[in-house]
Amino acid sequence: MKAPIRVLIAKVGLDGHDRGAKVVASALRDAGMEVIYTGLHQSAEQVAATARDEDVDVVGVSSLSGAHMTVLPRVLAALRAAGREDVVLVAGGIIPTDEAQALLEAGVARVFRPGSSTRDIAAFLQEEVARRRGAGAA
Amino acid sequence: MENLVERMQAGDRRALARLMTLAENESPEVPRIFAALRRAPGRAHRLGVTGPPGAGKSTLVGRLIEALRAAGETVGVLAVDPSSPLSGGALLGDRLRMPVLDDPGVFVRSMASRGTPGGLARHSLDLADLLDAFGRDWILIETVGTGQGELEILNEADTTLVVLHPGTGDTVQALKAGLFEVGDLFAVNKADQIGADSLKAELEWAFRLREDRAAPPVRMTSARENRGVGELLVEVRRIRAAREADGQLGAQRQARLARRLRREVELEFADRLAGDPDWTGLLENLARRVMDLEIDRYAARAELIRRLGKTKGATEA
Ligand SMILES: Nc1nc2c(ncn2[C@@H]2O[C@H](COP(=O)(O)OP(=O)(O)O)[C@@H](O)[C@H]2O)c(=O)[nH]1
Ligand SMILES: [Mg+2]
Repeated sequence: MKAPIRVLIAKVGLDGHDRGAKVVASALRDAGMEVIYTGLHQSAEQVAATARDEDVDVVGVSSLSGAHMTVLPRVLAALRAAGREDVVLVAGGIIPTDEAQALLEAGVARVFRPGSSTRDIAAFLQEEVARRRGAGAA
Repeated sequence: MENLVERMQAGDRRALARLMTLAENESPEVPRIFAALRRAPGRAHRLGVTGPPGAGKSTLVGRLIEALRAAGETVGVLAVDPSSPLSGGALLGDRLRMPVLDDPGVFVRSMASRGTPGGLARHSLDLADLLDAFGRDWILIETVGTGQGELEILNEADTTLVVLHPGTGDTVQALKAGLFEVGDLFAVNKADQIGADSLKAELEWAFRLREDRAAPPVRMTSARENRGVGELLVEVRRIRAAREADGQLGAQRQARLARRLRREVELEFADRLAGDPDWTGLLENLARRVMDLEIDRYAARAELIRRLGKTKGATEA
């Protein structure tokens, strides 16, 4: 059974830049993933609803506005409410180390800061999704 | 799995989304899913929306969703984008152009065309059937109007809308892609841009030259400015009503179903002959015997067909 990894790349909140998100989206496509891109200014609830309907394995939230400490916990809560607590949630953006630590403890799978290569991101997602799918099947 | 089907029929979107993934990934569960849905075929009208990339299909689909919802009708959308032939991955950007509605009456699913010839048609029809069983009134299927697989889906739509825009100007391209044949009606989108009028005139002129059938309606729309969408929908509804009224819809659907079954079985055998080691082994073996002058090619072919007939894995009907 062929099962490409499906990814949702979302921009949550007010910041208006999506260049980084688009670069990541095309890199993941080039790594063989099916990437859904929904554009700017999504609410946490919209992200979770899209993740549910599109049955994605991964949600990537990019945040440049510094609002990540409010946005990501909201996305986590919304994913839980939508029955998608199993999603691999990753964050990208300018996020200080201590805050990244707090996000990991809250349930974010990984934080990618500027300088992370798209290859690292793809490799992490491949590994993590394989692990979770394996656990789901067992 | 039965559990997923029941949950889906009770309106659980998560269950519908899971079932769609199973269908798309050709899970071994698929036959059982559709067996469980046998008595719930649904009632949706399927509107195929096609045209060249950038014509404004997704934006227009977004407007159609709004108009149908305003009339109280439920909508399911399948938005198909091509997979990259190199990586097998895909960028699925159609949602970007559709309104983000927090609305239980709308279900949008993006799908990649994936590599397999004929596979796209198979997968998307399964997904459309699931949306239908979910109880939608309308199913809109957006595909890029190039390539065999994409057009094959449209054979299965109840009505097909072709979207063109003045940017391409070139009606010859659309003609070559076979879009003129599949279209029950045409939207000249981006009517806010210059060239839309002449594109419309050009289309109508081309349709008049065609004597084998009545000219399909051509409507001007601006999806961006939300103009002409109501009129377009009136036309779609007119076509739908005419098909439902003349009593042909049932017969048409049965004919389509027969064609779809034939296609699926052809593909199934083609897949096996190409990939299944048992079958490739048999092919090699027969080819060798023809080479050795032991049997002739027609005898080899008869042998192959005989064996295909009692193929393994075929479940009893
Ligand atoms: N000027 C103008 N632009 C439009 C119109 N409809 C869509 N567009 C733009 O055309 C581009 C492609 O639209 P999209 O819906 O993604 O086209 P698709 O590839 O056919 O699905 C986007 O930038 C849209 O904003 C329209 O009616 N007028
Ligand atoms: Mg589109």
